Amino acid sequence: MISFDRVSKRYAEGHDALREVSVNIGKDELVFITGHSGAGKTTLLRMIMLMERPSRGQVLVDGQNLANIGSRGIPRHRRNIGVVFQNHRLLLDRTVFDNVALPLVIAGHDHREVGRRVRAALDKVGLLKRERAMPVTLSGGEQQRVGIARAVVGKPKILLADEPTGNLDPGLSAEIMQLFEEFNQVGVTVLIASHDLALISRLHHRIITLRDGRLVAGGKS
Amino acid sequence: MIGRLKATRSVPGGRREGASQSRTGLRDRYQAWLQHHRLSAADSMTRVIDNPVSSVMTWLVIGIALALPTGLNVALDNVSQLSSSWDSPAQISLFLQDGVSDDRARQLQAELDERPDVAETRFVSREEALDEFRTLSGFADVLASLDSNPLPHLILVSPAGAAAQSAALALREDLQAYPDVAQAVLDMEWLQRLNSLMELSRRLVLAVGGLLVVGVLLILGNTIRLAIESRREEIVIVKLVGGSNAFVRRPFLYTGLWYGVGGGVFAAVLVAASLWFLRQPISELAGLYQSEFRLRGLGVMGGLNLVILGGLLGLAGSWLAVARHLADIQPR
Ligand SMILES: Nc1ncnc2c1ncn2[C@@H]1O[C@H](COP(=O)(O)OP(=O)(O)OP(=O)(O)O)[C@@H](O)[C@H]1O
Ligand SMILES: [Mg+2]
Repeated sequence: MISFDRVSKRYAEGHDALREVSVNIGKDELVFITGHSGAGKTTLLRMIMLMERPSRGQVLVDGQNLANIGSRGIPRHRRNIGVVFQNHRLLLDRTVFDNVALPLVIAGHDHREVGRRVRAALDKVGLLKRERAMPVTLSGGEQQRVGIARAVVGKPKILLADEPTGNLDPGLSAEIMQLFEEFNQVGVTVLIASHDLALISRLHHRIITLRDGRLVAGGKS
Repeated sequence: MIGRLKATRSVPGGRREGASQSRTGLRDRYQAWLQHHRLSAADSMTRVIDNPVSSVMTWLVIGIALALPTGLNVALDNVSQLSSSWDSPAQISLFLQDGVSDDRARQLQAELDERPDVAETRFVSREEALDEFRTLSGFADVLASLDSNPLPHLILVSPAGAAAQSAALALREDLQAYPDVAQAVLDMEWLQRLNSLMELSRRLVLAVGGLLVVGVLLILGNTIRLAIESRREEIVIVKLVGGSNAFVRRPFLYTGLWYGVGGGVFAAVLVAASLWFLRQPISELAGLYQSEFRLRGLGVMGGLNLVILGGLLGLAGSWLAVARHLADIQPR
C-alpha cells in the first residue's frame, strides 16, 4: 500500500531528515513509527500526504508514484488519506459537527449523506452527544477524538496519525489506540508515529524505528 | 469554506460502514457542487452582515467611487439633451460674386428655396446691407466718401432639420459650389465649441472613471486579502484534508461579489439621491427660461447596470487577491 524506496529528504538548511529509507507497508497493516525527537517520523508521514517531496528516492502510495502527482492532483490524493495531527488542527470557530463534516463537504457529498456519516463517525469515537459543541469547550482527549472522527469520516484507505496520544493519560491513550486497531480491522492501512514505546510494544504490531533519519528496525514486513 | 451545516438535522445514528472507497455519481457531484456554491454564498453573506461597520464602510467607499463617474456621466447626458433641444442655431451666409445682378440674386434665392434641405432664405441686397451698416456702424461719413458700394449681395440660408451638424456642413459645401457664390460661411462655431467641450468632458469622465475602477479593484483586493489572512489557519486545514484551490477560493469570491454588489447599490442610491437633491432648483431654473427641460435620471436599467458593474468589479478584485495570496498558503 505504501512503499518507500531509498528515500532521502534534505531540508533547505542542509539538514538530512531522512536518509535512504526503504520500507513496505501492506494494505492490512497497522504500523508504528518510533524514534527520538527529530528522527524524521513527521517528515515520513508528511511525504505520504505530499506536504513534502523527497530529495531522492521514490514513494508509492496505492500503486501510484507520488512523483507523478502534480500540485493539481494533491487535493484528490489527500482525500484518500485520513490524517490525525498532534495538535488536532480543528477549526475553532466551527462546531464539532462542522469540523468532522469538512472532508465530506470537500468531497462533495449530499448533505443528508454528510449528516449520516458525520454522526456515524462521532458515534464511533463516542462524541455523538457533543456534535454541537465548539472545540474549545472539549478536553484534549475529546479534541483528539474529533480529529480522529474527521480523519475517518471520508472512509480513507490510509490513516496517518502523528503522536495521536501525545498528551493524553495512559487510559485514554490505550482507548485511542484501540480505535485505530478497529479501523485497521475493517481494512484501513494505519500508520502511527509515537514516542510511547511502553504502550505500542504491548500492542503486537510492527514497529519501525528511525534514528537520525535512518531506518534502524522494522523495515521488512 | 466549509459553510455552516447547521441546517442538517437528519437521520441520527447511522449504520456502521466499512472502509470501502465511496463513489459519488456525477449527478450527486453536480448537486454537491451547487450546494457548496449555495453554502459559500450564504456563509460569505453572513460574514459580511456579521461585520456591519466594516462592510458598510467598504460598500460606501466602492459606492462613492462608482457614483462619481456615473453622476458626471448623467450630468453630461443632460447637457447634451439640453443642447440638442435648442433650435437649429446654424445659418449659412452666402456672399455672392461681385458681378451678380439683383435679379440674378433673387432668382438664386428662389432656386435655393426649392431645395429640400433648405428651410428658409432671406435676401439682403448690397444696398440694404450698406444702409444697415451705415446706421449700425457709425461709419456713415467714411462710407459716403466711397464712390462705389464695397459690399456684396448676401443670402442667409437656414438648413432644414434640427441641429444635424453634418447636414449643415454638407449643405455649405453644396452652396459653395454655385458659380454665383463667392463664399459660403457656416456660423456654428459656438456649437462646435460646445461639442468639443462635451467630448473633452466625456473623456475626462472616462479617465476619472477608469482610475476609480482601478481604485475599487485595489480596495476590494485589499479587503479580500485581509479576509484571507484572518482565515489562514482554516485555509491550511482545508487544504490538508483535500480541499482544492477552487474550493478554497469560492467563499472569497463570493465575499468580493457581495462587497461589489453592495457598492453598486450604494452608488445607484447616491446618484439618485443627488439628482433628487438637484431636481427642485433645476426645474425652477428651467421655468425661468420657459424651457421644458426635465432632469433625466439613471433609470432602472442604469441602476441595474451599476449593480452588475459593482458585482463584476467585486469578483475581479477578489480574484486578483485570491490569485496572489491563496497559493502562498501551504500547509506546514
Ligand atoms: N520544514 C523544515 N525545515 C527544516 N528542517 C526541518 C523541517 N521540518 C523538520 N525539520 C528537521 O528535520 C528533522 C526531522 O524532523 P521531524 O519533524 O520529522 O522529526 P520527528 O521525528 O517528527 O520529531 P518529534 O518526535 O520531535 O516530532 C528534525 O531535525 C527537524 O529539525
Ligand atoms: Mg514529529
